[in-house]
Amino acid sequence: MKKLLKNKFAVLGISIIALLILAAFFAPVISPYGQSEQNLYQRLLPPSSEHFFGTDDLGRDVFSRMIYGSRISLAVGFISVFIILFIGTSLGIISGYFGGKTDSVIMRFTDIVLCFPTFFLILLIIAFLEPNIFNVMIVIGLTSWPGLARLIRAEVLSLKEREFISVAKMMGIDNLKIFAVHILPNIISPLMVYASLAIGGAILTESALSFLGLGVQPPMSSWGQILTSGKDYIYIAWWLSVFPGIAILITVLAFNLIGEAIRDVFDPKEEYVRK
Amino acid sequence: MRYFIKRIISSIPILLGITLLTFAVMHITPGKPTDIMTDMNMKVSAQAKDRLQKLYGLDKPLHIQYAQWLKRFVFFDFGTSFKDSRPARDKIFERLPATILLNFAALFFTCIVAVPIGIYCAVKKDTFIDKGLTVILFVCFSIPSFWLALMFMILFGLQLGLVPISGLYSFNFDDMNIFMQIADISKHLVLPVAVSVIVSLATLSRYARSGMLEVLKQDYIKTAYAKGLSQKQVIFRHALKNTLLPMITIIGLSIPALIGGSFIFETIFSYPGIGRLGYEAVMSRDYPVVMGIATLSAVLTLLGNIIADLSYKIADPRIKYR
Repeated sequence: MKKLLKNKFAVLGISIIALLILAAFFAPVISPYGQSEQNLYQRLLPPSSEHFFGTDDLGRDVFSRMIYGSRISLAVGFISVFIILFIGTSLGIISGYFGGKTDSVIMRFTDIVLCFPTFFLILLIIAFLEPNIFNVMIVIGLTSWPGLARLIRAEVLSLKEREFISVAKMMGIDNLKIFAVHILPNIISPLMVYASLAIGGAILTESALSFLGLGVQPPMSSWGQILTSGKDYIYIAWWLSVFPGIAILITVLAFNLIGEAIRDVFDPKEEYVRK
Repeated sequence: MRYFIKRIISSIPILLGITLLTFAVMHITPGKPTDIMTDMNMKVSAQAKDRLQKLYGLDKPLHIQYAQWLKRFVFFDFGTSFKDSRPARDKIFERLPATILLNFAALFFTCIVAVPIGIYCAVKKDTFIDKGLTVILFVCFSIPSFWLALMFMILFGLQLGLVPISGLYSFNFDDMNIFMQIADISKHLVLPVAVSVIVSLATLSRYARSGMLEVLKQDYIKTAYAKGLSQKQVIFRHALKNTLLPMITIIGLSIPALIGGSFIFETIFSYPGIGRLGYEAVMSRDYPVVMGIATLSAVLTLLGNIIADLSYKIADPRIKYR
């Protein structure tokens, strides 16, 4: 942990996230206007000292809506990654540890899910379910675990040959305890790397879905959703599309920086794939 | 060749799984596809609704529906679109060339830009330039692609007016001669390809960088230096080839990401490809088209993986697959 704090990028990433969490938490205090407070006399105003990031087509303050939007992004990021971690880690451990038929069934299933363009799969499910924030979290979680399952399986495969695992097995310790006490702590660093990159990925996916109108529904606001109106008013209101995009970029970047820093510190091999 | 046949056979269960999964997703979700034709229309009676469902076979048990669909799948017959009653196959295949064109162009330019960056970073490891490029790549990796598309549309399309921002053809495309047509298409491709290249740049160049670093550690590189070759000769004659080999697999594996990306790009740029067709089909619950596209893109991904493995095997005989 100390090593991590020596890494410049890690510190930068962590401070950005901390700031964001504060903003999300104290949103009603920080934002100068209400989340959906409309003022039809002040539609599509450019940025000024009164409206830092301008106003949208209904006269709502973009800055305030973005502060509230940070709640959505963080919630989606953390909750869907929690689901990914749960499914991916359990399937990976089970597959790697037991081997044999269990392994091949799980891995074939993983191969199948990997064959689908994840975004289309998500688009498909969301479009048929009711588009709301909870479905978005669950669906991102349910579709994005295969990479992690493979990673964890590979780690466990090499881990289970090590002596402390065979000793634990010989001592008759039950499997669940071996998983929790002996295997999990040893895969925690690749897990953390994957998690922070996946949070970034989930935030990107959520914003893309909201942008297509399939994510967060009004009157709630999310960064992707503000960008939709940015597209509609692309000719006259640049501020609607510039600021939310930068917010997404910085947030995702912060999570990626943290992931990369953890990797640098704990595990110097490098490999990452954009989802 | 034997390996090839083995590989094809082993992918059949995956193929079946793909069809089963799409089928499951479509049927677990609430709402019947015929709803869009009936619910919006007050004049449709309950009997007519039943008749319509019978027409599309939606009244039969699930396993029979699946079996029927699987049988037709072999001929790529996905049924007729609910929207305009044209065969889904025709609708998909007429859009396929545009998507392939976009993805190949994107992949090609990504390689051209990413590989040299990666190799340059590896050779200049830990210098200021390496770190600077790494940071830039990191930013590229974190950009929301649809936002970048939006920004490019504003900047290059609207402000500067350099390139068209949507579609693939100009309205007077049919009147042009062949060269002007090619120029017209290329102009329309600039923005989507540029966005696609920028967001997928990081992955590929990081692979190139770590691959090159790995190769530079090998004994034969030391030997080459010991022979008195210059750095340039070592890199280009000895290291480059061995770095590029594993990249083949990475390119094969990036196909799903490319296809997944095209759903976003094509929708934003109103590009007449599979991605936009898929988006529109999903939005209007056009089951046959959606299932066709989902299956097709999964099959393409599978095919991409097989081709990647194969070409890797041909390029590097040391590799053995079980």
